[in-house]
Amino acid sequence: MFSTEKIIEIKDLSKVYPDGFHALKSVNLDIHKGEIFALLGPNGAGKTTLINMICGIVNIHQGKIKIDNHDVINDFRITRKMIGLVPQELTSETFETVLGTVSFSRGLFGKKKNDQYITKILKSLSLWDKRDSSILKLSGGMKRRVLIAKALAHEPKIIFLDEPTAGVDVELRQDMWEVVKQLRSDGVTIILTTHYIEEAQQIADRIGIIDHGELILVKEKENLMRELGKKHIKIILEEPLNEVPEELKSFGLAMEKNNTNVIFSYDSSDKNGISSLLQAMSICGIRFSDIETKESSLEEIFVDLVKRKSD
Amino acid sequence: MRRTLFQSIVAPVISTTLYFVVFGAAIGSRITEIDGVSYGSFIVPGLIMLSILTESVSNASFGIYFPKFSGTIYEVLSAPISFIEITIGFVGAAATKSIIVGTIILFTANLFVSITILHPFWMIAFLVLTAISFSLLGFILGIWADNWEKLAIAPTLIITPLAFLGGSFYSISMLPAFWQKITLLNPVVYLISGFRWSFYENADVSVYLSLMMILIFMTICIGIIFYIFRTGYKLRV
Repeated sequence: MFSTEKIIEIKDLSKVYPDGFHALKSVNLDIHKGEIFALLGPNGAGKTTLINMICGIVNIHQGKIKIDNHDVINDFRITRKMIGLVPQELTSETFETVLGTVSFSRGLFGKKKNDQYITKILKSLSLWDKRDSSILKLSGGMKRRVLIAKALAHEPKIIFLDEPTAGVDVELRQDMWEVVKQLRSDGVTIILTTHYIEEAQQIADRIGIIDHGELILVKEKENLMRELGKKHIKIILEEPLNEVPEELKSFGLAMEKNNTNVIFSYDSSDKNGISSLLQAMSICGIRFSDIETKESSLEEIFVDLVKRKSD
Repeated sequence: MRRTLFQSIVAPVISTTLYFVVFGAAIGSRITEIDGVSYGSFIVPGLIMLSILTESVSNASFGIYFPKFSGTIYEVLSAPISFIEITIGFVGAAATKSIIVGTIILFTANLFVSITILHPFWMIAFLVLTAISFSLLGFILGIWADNWEKLAIAPTLIITPLAFLGGSFYSISMLPAFWQKITLLNPVVYLISGFRWSFYENADVSVYLSLMMILIFMTICIGIIFYIFRTGYKLRV
């Protein structure tokens, strides 16, 4: 379990690009040491801008960012050493070798040469066999691995994974999540953005949802699922219902499949909903043969929240 | 550097040889001496300066433009290094390569003509200052350029013509009076004049004026780079 000690503090952060686009609007966010934080949001929501501002690639328009109590502008040498970034785009030194570019990254971030550590990273990302290959000759998935290796080369305490699984095959995605799990167990704080929300649901400790430059919510995943998630019960009836009896109307039931299935949706926190419904059905003499249950996925919660905000 | 070693060395050797064949043999047979120096020897400082100017601008502009173009600039911008260190890295690399090329040209030229360097300290000073100044200029151009055409404009349309018209292959005293005055507006005249003075003590303008011009040029470039990094112009929005 992660601690509640803050490693990143973002206060009142705003960004207006020179063309007038308001990318971030007064964002306040704390990231805890050792957690996996998933930042979700539709395209253009401000996820990459936020990451780039923390990493020093985009200028801060307004607000403050602190990493481990150090200001990212005044103490940039300290803060940037602590951060590793895997960018969204597949960018790499085309003519350089894998080993060369990963070793370069380590030196660029002020770490002494350590062949043993670089070998360990390359092996964990299945890049060791390709260490002398030119990056130009690598596949997209392999280039993504190289970017991850470069980000890890200087042993960062915080790692940003900006859409790390975009356009990569299942094998690499699984390998990568293994690396992420390993990093977490080593105490590294991980902030990731992804469009594969089921991955965030599986791996993240906390979820932040950003839309149109505003941070809509930040919650622990379990709480988010419990508070905002819906549960659905499908009751398969023995005989079809012509209409919902008056006694059951307050449950907001939906009918499907020629009125032989009844769907009941309720909040995850509602403990009494099912028993009340089943009791009312029994009173009305409605008999059923089976019950199926389904819980909202993080993806459904995410879509619902973003949609609700744009409405 | 290791990857481009072959073209870095072979290209200047071939081009110097060609210049000597064309200018030294063809024109040199008609102009035997300028200010007491054989024509072949006279053009050596101009030839080196021509390469230093074009190499410095090209190396530095390409050096910063390519990471911008490919997107790898993110790593440099997110690294724990200051703007001054970034500039020293890119400009230093470009200037070093152009100084190596200039030295290769000097040795190659020595195979064709006899060369005297009367003021070696000044020769090195002019060589280094020019390489750094024009690498700074190239660095600015590389940041400014947002496509390959813009990147090619400055070396092709500005630097090479200025170097050719700046007295690389002639003394400006050989021009009519009117053109002598116009030529003095060309900053490259001062660089070539000062550099040639360090070889043969022949100069079109005072050596101190040459030195002052190059220092002014360098200061302007540093000022522009300071502005770029302060505002993030085209690097960090």
